[in-house]
Amino acid sequence: MRKKSGEIRRSILPTTMLWVLAILMAFPLLWFLLSSFKGGGELFTYPLSFLPREWTIDGYARAWERIDFVRYFGNTIVVAAITTALTVFFCATAGYALAKYRAPWLSVFALCILSMTMLPGEVILSPTFSVVRDLGFYNSLIGVILPSILTPTGVFMFRQFFITVPDELLDAARIDGANELSIFFRIMLPLARPIMLTLAIISFQWRWNDYIFPLIILSDPKNFTLQIALRSLLGSENIDWAILLAASVISMIPLVLLYLVFQKYITSSDINTGLRD
Amino acid sequence: MTSTMRSVVAPKAEDAPTVAGAVTPPRRRGRAKRRYRLTPLLLSAGVIVLMALFFIWPGVLGLTYSFTSYKGFGPMNFVGLDNYTKLAGDPTFYAALGRTLIYTVFSVPLGYALSLSLAVALTNVRARGKTAARIIFFLPWLVSPIVTGVIWRWMFGENFGFVNYVITALGGGAVPWSSDPNLSLMVVIVASSWAGAAFNMLLFIAALNNVPKSYYEAAQLDGANGWQRFVSITLPGIAPTSVLVILLSTLGQMKEFAMIQALNNGGPGTSNQLIVQYIYQTGFAQSNVGYASAASMVLLVILMVIALIQIAINRKATR
Repeated sequence: MRKKSGEIRRSILPTTMLWVLAILMAFPLLWFLLSSFKGGGELFTYPLSFLPREWTIDGYARAWERIDFVRYFGNTIVVAAITTALTVFFCATAGYALAKYRAPWLSVFALCILSMTMLPGEVILSPTFSVVRDLGFYNSLIGVILPSILTPTGVFMFRQFFITVPDELLDAARIDGANELSIFFRIMLPLARPIMLTLAIISFQWRWNDYIFPLIILSDPKNFTLQIALRSLLGSENIDWAILLAASVISMIPLVLLYLVFQKYITSSDINTGLRD
Repeated sequence: MTSTMRSVVAPKAEDAPTVAGAVTPPRRRGRAKRRYRLTPLLLSAGVIVLMALFFIWPGVLGLTYSFTSYKGFGPMNFVGLDNYTKLAGDPTFYAALGRTLIYTVFSVPLGYALSLSLAVALTNVRARGKTAARIIFFLPWLVSPIVTGVIWRWMFGENFGFVNYVITALGGGAVPWSSDPNLSLMVVIVASSWAGAAFNMLLFIAALNNVPKSYYEAAQLDGANGWQRFVSITLPGIAPTSVLVILLSTLGQMKEFAMIQALNNGGPGTSNQLIVQYIYQTGFAQSNVGYASAASMVLLVILMVIALIQIAINRKATR
């Protein structure tokens, strides 16, 4: 009994610190979310109140009318899902090659990928635009998908993982006469399932929220992704905040749902190797 | 025309090391050697093609553009180093570059401190409610840069924002968060630290869990208090991760674009125009592709220098 109360006392300080930080981190989001349920008039009348005095979904209704969400969700899902699938596949194959084979060109290859982390493609905008245009993908979703498939982060995540897989496993399969590619697809890839899932979630988030490439590559509003569509609400001098708040909240819903389902794969996995894109 | 030619040349240059690899001396038995040589090439083929198309080709193209007066269409006129000399005397370029450096110098330490605090708070064995707190800490990671900008613009609105409301309610005057360039940049710094904290926090959590528990026990026996333990055990223990986080966030902050566009669009005026926005403006809004490419090349060199310095520091620290 005594011991327990002492334990509680000692956990007061760390717990308080944890929750002060949690409130600080959550407050901007919470304030934003609650504001989106306030009426257009209440948004700007002092004194502000934390909870809406009158809950309304008027902003949401108007945002839904103003922005063709079905189309933009569709475009964004297509881009994010296809890119993610290709990212996971190509990063897994290249990461495996880097981890389990030795050749001078592979070291050069690894160095090239490493330099991609340091020299981000976003910086060379105009030439990338020219390349996409010359390939004939200007103003198409393929033009957004192709340049963002390759992420050095993903390659390194898989490389790091496959290094931890014992070589004996590979040798045993080779002695059994298994073909190199089928070793990869039948044995190695299934082993890497947790990494595949983690990279898939991270990559989906990146592509869902991508801004700069869709911005330069897509010109026709019917091809826009969600983020580019949101930007159109910011363009004018007088922002219609009721619409903007609601539209922003709507744009986040799919990712939040995805995160709540898969959160243990992101927050608990050791993505120590996961360099940021 | 020239660019289509380059498309043929660039992947070839990329293939060169693979050809060199093929003629390396045989390792063991002939048949196995051949099989092992082809498989990694097959497995990497996709990434090699993508890298050639969207990294090496644009890189080479950008370097070429930077010596021309290319406008995005029509012929490319070679102008030598003109773009670079013009850039060296362009006050707008210096302003953007300087602003980007100021932004990076403030936002990296703030982001570092915030994400480390979150990780320390989450790894404390005595803290309660860690699962819920971890989910909350991670939520900002889901928010897109555009929406992050909107959220903080809403928090710091001059006439309607929550922050100014609290300040005026406490008797202060409304703070010009969006019409003062420095205050406006401060909001961007806070927003970026908030948005980037979750990911770095994950890296720190992994590092903190790897610091041997026995060190802490020994220090406690020696009478070291919490802060002393943090400074002399935790910080050295996570040094490699610290270097990684600082390197990645420096590179990330140097290319900030989307969030600041939504938050203040580089304003008031153009006072907070950062370097990527400058490149975007000159390259796309004004179609000065050659000039913008020269600015890109300067930025790439700066990023490379930053990366090399930090890698050197890391080598020294881990030796």
